[in-house]
Amino acid sequence: MLRYVAKRVVLMVPTLVGVATLIFLLMRVVPGDIVELRFAAESTFVQKDMLDQERARLGLDQPLWRQFATWMGGLARLDLGTSMWTGAPITEEIGLRFALSLQLALMATAIAVALAVPLGVVAALRQDSWVDYAVRVFSIAGLATPSFWLGIVLILGLLIVFKWLPPMVYTPIWVSPVQNLAQLIWPALAVGYRYSAMATRMTRSAMLEVLNEDYIRTARAKGLWQKLILTRHALKNAMLPVLTVIALEFAFLMGGLVVTEQVFNLNGLGLLFVEAVAHRDYTLTQALVMLVATIFIVVNLLVDLAYAWLDPRIRFR
Amino acid sequence: MTIGEPTLVLSELVEAPPPHRWLAAIVEFCRRRPLGAVGAVIVVLNLAVALSAGALAPYDPLTTDYGAMLGSPGRAHWLGTDAFGRDVLSRIAYGSRTAMLVGFACAVLGATLGTVIGVTSAYFGGKVDLLVQRIMDVFLAFPLIILALAVVSILGNGIVNVIPAIAIPMIPRAALVTRSSALAIREMPYVDAARAAGFRHRRIILRHMLPNVMAPFLILLTAFLGQAILLEASLSFLGLGVAEPTPAWGLMLRGAAVQFAETAPWMAIFPGLAISLAVFGFNLFGDSLRDALDPRLRTP
Amino acid sequence: MPRQGGRLLALALVLASALAIVVAGEFSGPPADAQDTPRHGGELVFVVPSESPSYDAHQEETFGLIHPTAPHYNTLLRTDPTDSTGTKIIGDLAESWSVSKDGRTYTIKLRKGVKFHDGSEMTSRDVKASYDRIMNPPPGIHSIRQGEYVDVEALQTPDPYTVVFRLKWPSASFPSSLASPWNWIYKADILAKDQHWYEKNIMGTGPFLFVEHVRGSHWVGKKNPNYWDKGKPYLDGYRGIFIKDSAPQVAAIRGERAMIQFRGFSPSERDTLVQALGPKIRVQESPWNCLILVAINHEKKPFDDKRVRRALTLALDRYQGSQALSKIAIVKDVGGVQVPGTPFATPPAELEKLAGYSHDIQKSRAEARQLLREAGVPDGFSFVYKNRGVPMPYEPVGVWLIDQWRQIGLNVRQEVVEAAKIFPTLRAGDFEVACDFQCGYIVDPDLDLYKFQSKEVSFANYSRYTDKVLDDLYQKQARAADVEERKRYVREFEKRLLDEEVHYIYTLQWHRIVPHLAKVRGWTITPSHYLNQQLDTVWLAE
Repeated sequence: MLRYVAKRVVLMVPTLVGVATLIFLLMRVVPGDIVELRFAAESTFVQKDMLDQERARLGLDQPLWRQFATWMGGLARLDLGTSMWTGAPITEEIGLRFALSLQLALMATAIAVALAVPLGVVAALRQDSWVDYAVRVFSIAGLATPSFWLGIVLILGLLIVFKWLPPMVYTPIWVSPVQNLAQLIWPALAVGYRYSAMATRMTRSAMLEVLNEDYIRTARAKGLWQKLILTRHALKNAMLPVLTVIALEFAFLMGGLVVTEQVFNLNGLGLLFVEAVAHRDYTLTQALVMLVATIFIVVNLLVDLAYAWLDPRIRFR
Repeated sequence: MTIGEPTLVLSELVEAPPPHRWLAAIVEFCRRRPLGAVGAVIVVLNLAVALSAGALAPYDPLTTDYGAMLGSPGRAHWLGTDAFGRDVLSRIAYGSRTAMLVGFACAVLGATLGTVIGVTSAYFGGKVDLLVQRIMDVFLAFPLIILALAVVSILGNGIVNVIPAIAIPMIPRAALVTRSSALAIREMPYVDAARAAGFRHRRIILRHMLPNVMAPFLILLTAFLGQAILLEASLSFLGLGVAEPTPAWGLMLRGAAVQFAETAPWMAIFPGLAISLAVFGFNLFGDSLRDALDPRLRTP
Repeated sequence: MPRQGGRLLALALVLASALAIVVAGEFSGPPADAQDTPRHGGELVFVVPSESPSYDAHQEETFGLIHPTAPHYNTLLRTDPTDSTGTKIIGDLAESWSVSKDGRTYTIKLRKGVKFHDGSEMTSRDVKASYDRIMNPPPGIHSIRQGEYVDVEALQTPDPYTVVFRLKWPSASFPSSLASPWNWIYKADILAKDQHWYEKNIMGTGPFLFVEHVRGSHWVGKKNPNYWDKGKPYLDGYRGIFIKDSAPQVAAIRGERAMIQFRGFSPSERDTLVQALGPKIRVQESPWNCLILVAINHEKKPFDDKRVRRALTLALDRYQGSQALSKIAIVKDVGGVQVPGTPFATPPAELEKLAGYSHDIQKSRAEARQLLREAGVPDGFSFVYKNRGVPMPYEPVGVWLIDQWRQIGLNVRQEVVEAAKIFPTLRAGDFEVACDFQCGYIVDPDLDLYKFQSKEVSFANYSRYTDKVLDDLYQKQARAADVEERKRYVREFEKRLLDEEVHYIYTLQWHRIVPHLAKVRGWTITPSHYLNQQLDTVWLAE
């Protein structure tokens, strides 16, 4: 088991290096210049040598390999550097938004699970009945609605019907739980509904697979009481793939909620991402990608480890 | 050419059975899975509208009419007009062309390339598998929207550039799914027998393994179709998709539609409905398809 | 045709007077109850659509810095906050100033007893240090408006409360330069120690003290109890909330969580707010000193031929465009090189004569087609218009332009370019026709016309032409001693730029619409969203 864990952890490294290289190259290939954007956008009096000076200060005139080496060296020391746009340390920039994104991701996942598990189980138990159809239509509708659309409708609904608007500024939950939840519950609902769709389908099909196992069918034939016990047992077995999906979706939620954040005006990682790319802020974009990729890879690893722990066949390969 | 081992029914379908088999399969599908049938109807409708937009649309989607700006739905314009006086119905009809084009191109590209990569990687195993898996992991770990953003930034706007922007993030996801199915098939006796018989790798992959991952491939295809349409809408919303004045559903939801959401809601409602309906239909169909194919994936 | 001429004349007269009335009414002046006594107290909450990377106004150009941070500082001169054209200059830190007879020496008397927020006194040393930084920045400092001050020969401080600017030649616009909302007066001692300090820190003399700034979230300021202007500010403090997308901005005001957004909203957003809040909302509108220009690359055929360029501007029905677009976008006013209603704006009679500004669009378009034929441009000729990827108002104006050019047989395709790419594209000349844009912080010919000089002079001349006559006219108007003489030169410049050579095309002037909660008083809209943001005159009713 330990060997398996060690092997997987070691495999993380080339993946991370690959991600780092990819984002570095990608940003350099994308045309556009932060210096131009910052100083030349609205001013008619700018001088060319001023722009060159700034480029030198940001290290943009160095040969590519050296820029890459500097950055990788910094990464190894866990020094993410400073944002090219604001000059503030990147850990600070990210730190400001991390709590919000994390909380939103957790809340959305909780809502998704709360919706998906009961709905999925019920749909599986009553396969092909109208309940099943209703659940499937409901969950697919969630998948089909563009999330920004849902967000706009939600906010308009609150304004027009209740004449109330959620707070526009983020307060951490330990400072004021009421303000915090009043702001974040709505995007969590919008996002949670969408993500419950995938989890519902997964739960349903996983349950169906397990329910069709021989031992469950025999139990059903034997009687109600045994069916109940075995249904619970079936549920436990079905949960594993469901948890996989949920865990992976959670990883996607960190930094991926760009449109939702824009519509609800949330100061989160998604908008930071878009801004960083729009500004061609290389250091910030690279750092954000590394952060999100690391979260994803770690979550992946944890899920795989859970599988390995539960399924001896994999463990002893 | 099969090797006398009981193969999956689907592979027979792939080998072009007589027509009545197809018809029987379709009728069976509709009867047993009405939801899927509904989904299929929606898909077909979308395709029909996309193909015949020129004949169906009452107006040219690009013609502006400053006298009829923001007109509500009525006899002259069934779904109203937008901020430039352009007919919403015509723009939706032509928009379905963009949606179907982007949707199918991305889905087919993403699913096909991903499947080929996944199956090949599973077949060869060992170091090749490890390397390919790492590369796919790298792309998977990349936030989808950032990858799409980067591609669009490099290539620019427009339909032709949006397609790779959406398809590229889909490839590793397809590879991941098909690889696990392919792994199961690889262990099967008839594949071993094929190799023992000396068939070349390419032949084995193409003629024996690929047909047997048809099920996950089809499911991926339908899932990607819906996702691609949604992604295009999101990219357009962010200003990185198709450009004006091309009619595209995502683009129609941007700017003026949001601004006039209360005074002229038809501008946003109908494109939103069009997107939702299309994605809904594709997913419904794909869902039922998975149900139909799923039990057969488990070998005796 | 019976009396075509007479009818046309009557029409022209009616239109001219209508235009005059409209223009006069455009400046909706200070709110009617400006005579009410200002009330002390309250916190002003406003929305800021953009955030600045640093705190140093000498090096930034975004309103995202001005709106939350200007209240912490003062400038030497300022525009009168009650003047709706934003052109009347009064003193801020300057108590009074005088100009020598030859127009080359400006002697400015500073107020006494003005204190920085740390208690130290502001003297002429601080003014000199700040202006030296702006005019001759030390290495590593990007004073992006440095080019405005090439006419300054020397800056002297004979005593702690007097500042003397000596110019190389008389410049009627110099007071505007001193009233620039970007020229915050910093503390000399701090600048002497660290020229970069002000990029991340605040120390000014302004009406509000700095409290906190959370990136991406909000900015808070509170009243400066020792402000030199006794009795001001009226507010206890302010809070600027950063909201990037316009839908949540409107929602914030509608939900009364914010009171005002100082940049501007679109017509539909205004209508939404008016409908939702009724008497609680007040709307101020003004022509805006911003507009989208069409840059025509003189180095690409067939745009090197001025007949083709003229055809492009003749095709545009600006009046119909104004009517239609003003309903859905923030553009409206049809004007020349200066915002309508300001001292150097084009009189309507002269405006009519410029290419593309005639009311007879059929005639203009016929001439356009003729010119295209003469220049050898075939019907259905296709080119690419590169547009900036910002929805308001670039998209609607882009759609309109393409539609108008279609009317003269040109088949134009739009290519949307992301913000980060548009400037390198423009600078490299990698386009045929593209959108350019100008947003002046104060309406002034020197500032608004600088860009159009030859490419050797003006870095921002993206049309890439050399026109010595134009350069000469610019210098003449900049150094004109007499207002009427200056007007003449400005008119000549305009005619050459927009009519004879058509180096650039002016589309429609933007229109600034600021709906705000009625309880916000003491703020008057001007054509510039950079001016009058110190918030010292703002108060909250009830």
